[in-house]
Amino acid sequence: MKRAVFRNRLLPWVLLAPQLAVTFVFFLWPAAQAGWQSFLREDAFGLKTTFVGLANYSRLLDDGEYLNAVGVTAVFSVSVAVLGMSVALLLALAVDRMVTTARGYTTLLVWPYAVAPAIAGLLWWFIFNPTIGLMPHVLGLMGIDWDHSLNGNQAMILVVIAAAWKQISYNFLFFVAGLQSIPASLREAAAIDGAGPFRRFLTITFPLLAPTSFFLLVVNTVYALFDTFPVIDATTEGGPAQATNILVYKVYVDGFLGLNLGSSAAQSVVLMAVVVALTVVQFRYVERRVEY
Amino acid sequence: MFRTLSLSALALGAAMSPALAQTEIQWWHAMGGELGQKLEAIVADYNATQTDYKVVPSFKGTYAETMTAAIAAFRAKEQPAIVQVFEVGTGTMMAAKGAVYPVYQLMADMAEPFDPSAFLPAVVGYYTDTAGNMLSMPFNSSTPILYYNKDVFEKAGLDRNTPPKTWEEVEAFSRQIMASGAAKCGFTTGWISWVQLENFSAWHNQPIGTLENGFGGLETELTVNGPVQVRHWENLARWQKEGLFQYGGPVGGNDAPPKFYTQECAIYMNSSASRAGVIANAKDFEVGYGMLPHYADIAPQNSIIGGATLWVLQGRPEAEYKAVADFFTYLSSAEVQAKWHQETGYLPITQAAWDLSKSQGYYDANPGADVSIRQMTLNAPTANSKGLRFGSYVQIRGIIDEEFQALLAGQKDAQTALNDLVARGNVLIREFEAANK
Repeated sequence: MKRAVFRNRLLPWVLLAPQLAVTFVFFLWPAAQAGWQSFLREDAFGLKTTFVGLANYSRLLDDGEYLNAVGVTAVFSVSVAVLGMSVALLLALAVDRMVTTARGYTTLLVWPYAVAPAIAGLLWWFIFNPTIGLMPHVLGLMGIDWDHSLNGNQAMILVVIAAAWKQISYNFLFFVAGLQSIPASLREAAAIDGAGPFRRFLTITFPLLAPTSFFLLVVNTVYALFDTFPVIDATTEGGPAQATNILVYKVYVDGFLGLNLGSSAAQSVVLMAVVVALTVVQFRYVERRVEY
Repeated sequence: MFRTLSLSALALGAAMSPALAQTEIQWWHAMGGELGQKLEAIVADYNATQTDYKVVPSFKGTYAETMTAAIAAFRAKEQPAIVQVFEVGTGTMMAAKGAVYPVYQLMADMAEPFDPSAFLPAVVGYYTDTAGNMLSMPFNSSTPILYYNKDVFEKAGLDRNTPPKTWEEVEAFSRQIMASGAAKCGFTTGWISWVQLENFSAWHNQPIGTLENGFGGLETELTVNGPVQVRHWENLARWQKEGLFQYGGPVGGNDAPPKFYTQECAIYMNSSASRAGVIANAKDFEVGYGMLPHYADIAPQNSIIGGATLWVLQGRPEAEYKAVADFFTYLSSAEVQAKWHQETGYLPITQAAWDLSKSQGYYDANPGADVSIRQMTLNAPTANSKGLRFGSYVQIRGIIDEEFQALLAGQKDAQTALNDLVARGNVLIREFEAANK
């Protein structure tokens, strides 16, 4: 790593100041407030405040709805990561084999990433809307009765597809880059030794892609945990019967609709701990081995 | 840049002009689209009638967003003088004793002539404390009614001028409509929580909760799992399975109106304020109106309202409250109320506005427009039909939707769904009690 040397002792601080200020105002300060709020019980207007210690946290552990949200979040994030990454890998492998048109396809496949999550959610909501959507009609012809407003599993499928769809583009880019950094000579040598395409993928391409995959796994999990709020809000609003109520959506519902600020703050502190843990994992174990 | 400059120039101009004596008050509301324009027209008329005060309306999004925005503003000491809050937020607002300025007290403090008995009891009953004091100013109140497709009724061999009066008739009519092929489904409904549970209970004179549905204090508990409600939800689940009833989705039930407009369902229950939308969309058929159905063995009581009222927030300068009192007097005048009622389908909130609409011949020219108010005032409200007042009710509404979905999905029977609803709702009510004691 390069080490810059400043003669002026003040200059580095001045240069850092804007970034530090932004971090303080938009992250540290609100985070500290959430931390403090999580120990309080307060009415919506902030007229009566009681210090309740860890009561907001301990209540979460007895709360069936919260535990349900934990389970829903686990299913949701794993599904989004698996779907988003496997489809992206397939597409990347397909593009990698192309000789002339790879560039054009790459551009097209990256487009969905530019779509805002709320728009993506709305798009899939329209496609799968039981009353006016196209897919329920098609599925109906196949004998599948689609109604995600009542069927929790179907609602989960819908939000997983909507959330994974735009992440596919992102994953795809990294896989393409990862594939390009695998020396062709390795695969050629294997081919000369008589390994078929499937075997070459399994023993050479896939292991060499592992660092990229691991990095993407962390990024996708963080995405599914925190950035999918608009997708849920635009499609199912956590329903039916909380079948798609992920943790971050529950923070919003309890805090901004239910005005239960103490519990909402406690939940967001828990989420904050999760993201810190994931970041540590990424930096300590993944970052060093990944080639970008 | 130009905008900032011109804005500051404007601000400077305003600061120097003699109009400085004019008191400005902020009114945050949740009326979008056409309703928003009608609201702004009322405000413009008011601002034109006098020069002392100026009301500035701002649209803040949905009801929940408007309420959250006002609460956040209060915490930051930037609150508006008037905020429009939907009926399910009433419990939260009432409990915030230091934050709201009760309307009766405001009118008395400002020496503004104010007669609470001029208002329709069925409307203001929802917003008065146990001592009968009016806490907020009713603005847009509605009640659910029944709409039906007269043409489909005729095609099915039913009388086109007779809406179903009982749930037994709803079932029989729906069967006949479906058997004759006149429509694909019998009925649908908006607002499961508001129409098929809260209003259903009041209409059948069944308690929703203890202590007069929560009017009596924070110690209230939900008791909406009684035999009559269980019977109704059981029926709804059965009718849905048989196709007589189609579910329109949670909260307001966004999928319900199109089912009625496209003539897929012949009967539709929703707010009386949906009337304008129904008339605008029902182009290919004639619409009939009726009261909500009741079970034949239980006499109908009266329905309860939904919609929103105007709450005054504490912490503004004295002069602004003077303006608020003056504006409220204007707002509840018979002319303004009658116009608002006739243009939107919301209920007239005073007897005078209702009488004025009658004398103007509005109900003769618009048959069905008075169904809502006749249904609201069918009987004097009882402890079960005055309304409801629970803390955290926005979330409880969500629970009602969830349990209803679990019922329709076949995961629970009606008794279990309602029992779970009561148990989960009571947890929230206890938390609310603890936070507001």
